Amino acid sequence: MDLELMIDSLPKLLNAAVITLKLLSVSLIIGLFIGLFFAILRLNKNIFINRFAYAYSYIFRGTPLLVQIFIIYFGLGQIEYLRSTVLWVILKEPYWCAIIAFSLNTGAYTSEILRSAFQTIKPGIIEAGKSLGISNKVIFYKIQIPIAIRQSLPAYGNEIILMMKGTSLASTVTLMDLTGVAKYIISTTFKPIEVFIVAGGIYLFMTFIIHNVIKFLEKKYSFN
Amino acid sequence: MELLAFGDTGWGDELFYATLMTIAVSITAMFIGFLFALIFTPLKLSKNKFLNFIANSYTTIIRGVPELLVIYLFFFGGTGAVMFVASIFGYNEYIEINAFVTGAFAIGIISGAYSTEVFRGAIQSIDKGQFEAANVLGLNKFGKFVKIILPQTLRLAIPNLSNVWQITLKDTSLISVTGLVEIMRQSYIAAGSTRDPLFFYSFAAVLYLVLTFVSMKLINRLETKYSRGY
Repeated sequence: MDLELMIDSLPKLLNAAVITLKLLSVSLIIGLFIGLFFAILRLNKNIFINRFAYAYSYIFRGTPLLVQIFIIYFGLGQIEYLRSTVLWVILKEPYWCAIIAFSLNTGAYTSEILRSAFQTIKPGIIEAGKSLGISNKVIFYKIQIPIAIRQSLPAYGNEIILMMKGTSLASTVTLMDLTGVAKYIISTTFKPIEVFIVAGGIYLFMTFIIHNVIKFLEKKYSFN
Repeated sequence: MELLAFGDTGWGDELFYATLMTIAVSITAMFIGFLFALIFTPLKLSKNKFLNFIANSYTTIIRGVPELLVIYLFFFGGTGAVMFVASIFGYNEYIEINAFVTGAFAIGIISGAYSTEVFRGAIQSIDKGQFEAANVLGLNKFGKFVKIILPQTLRLAIPNLSNVWQITLKDTSLISVTGLVEIMRQSYIAAGSTRDPLFFYSFAAVLYLVLTFVSMKLINRLETKYSRGY
């Protein structure tokens, strides 16, 4: 055990953890909107809209995140037309490519979580709202969405942790996130175990915090 | 389409073998995962606090740390560990571990943590009466487990194990960082030499979709088989 290396690498790894958290939070916020949008499309009665939303979630859940990042980072840059548009400002940055891939990926999982939450809402609750003369729009925003959010909290908590682990793939497109820096230190010092303990410890600590925040929210918004 | 031709002109045959490699690594990793689950599930269910602690540490650490980090640990640390063990037995030459073994082992340990949780959940949700009934029938411990508990555990575990399989299959794409030529690595090579990453990575995505789709169909059949009578 090389304790000195572990202490030396801690500040570097903590700095890198900030990038991990940035990637995670931005992707989760964008992903939540994408997820909500596609969950609503899934509930649509029009078969084409419905199928489209299903295909989106099937493709993003059925392929590895690594492929998705590579298609966006290496693949899209190949299209000449894209290089001449404003989009290129975003797509040439590995940071934004990673964010796009993560958001689309977590959006697909989130849409499934929200869809099943919407579907488990008892029709009686919606009927009760209707009989009170509340408009459909208000029922959706004030009744269905809050209940769905409460229902999906446990599953969404898991998704946040999975996504946090997913951000480690940013290191494959040259970003120096926690895993990227850990790999760099390992490959220069050849001390994999020490670095793994420190970096893994930071990840576990973040998992622990997320887990407890979700637990707290679940308790706060529980029905009884 | 020429890019996918078999033989020297295209990448069809290379990608075909790479797909077989992905399947082989996934199955091996899943199997290694089952072996880990076989060890850690009883520890999780044990009444001994210390054994519980060991099993919980295993599943918590593996499920809380990114797969890529675990793979780097094995990739950079595997050779050292094996050489250390060999040196105890007096063998001091350099030992190179094959990328397949490292990869399958790393993914297997990850897969095992998920399988352990699935089996624990399945065994815990079996009705207590079943255990009691088995005792009343006078079955010994082995008979009780194989004839009564295991078949019911399998039925309850298969839907969740199919999720573990999907995770394992997708995780194997990460082994490409160690140089094992599976779908991702082969696409990377092909993309580099043809300068057509969009096509090859999209094709890789299609290959993964086909693999997940076909395995879902097969697992569904298994599910129907094991839920006969319910």
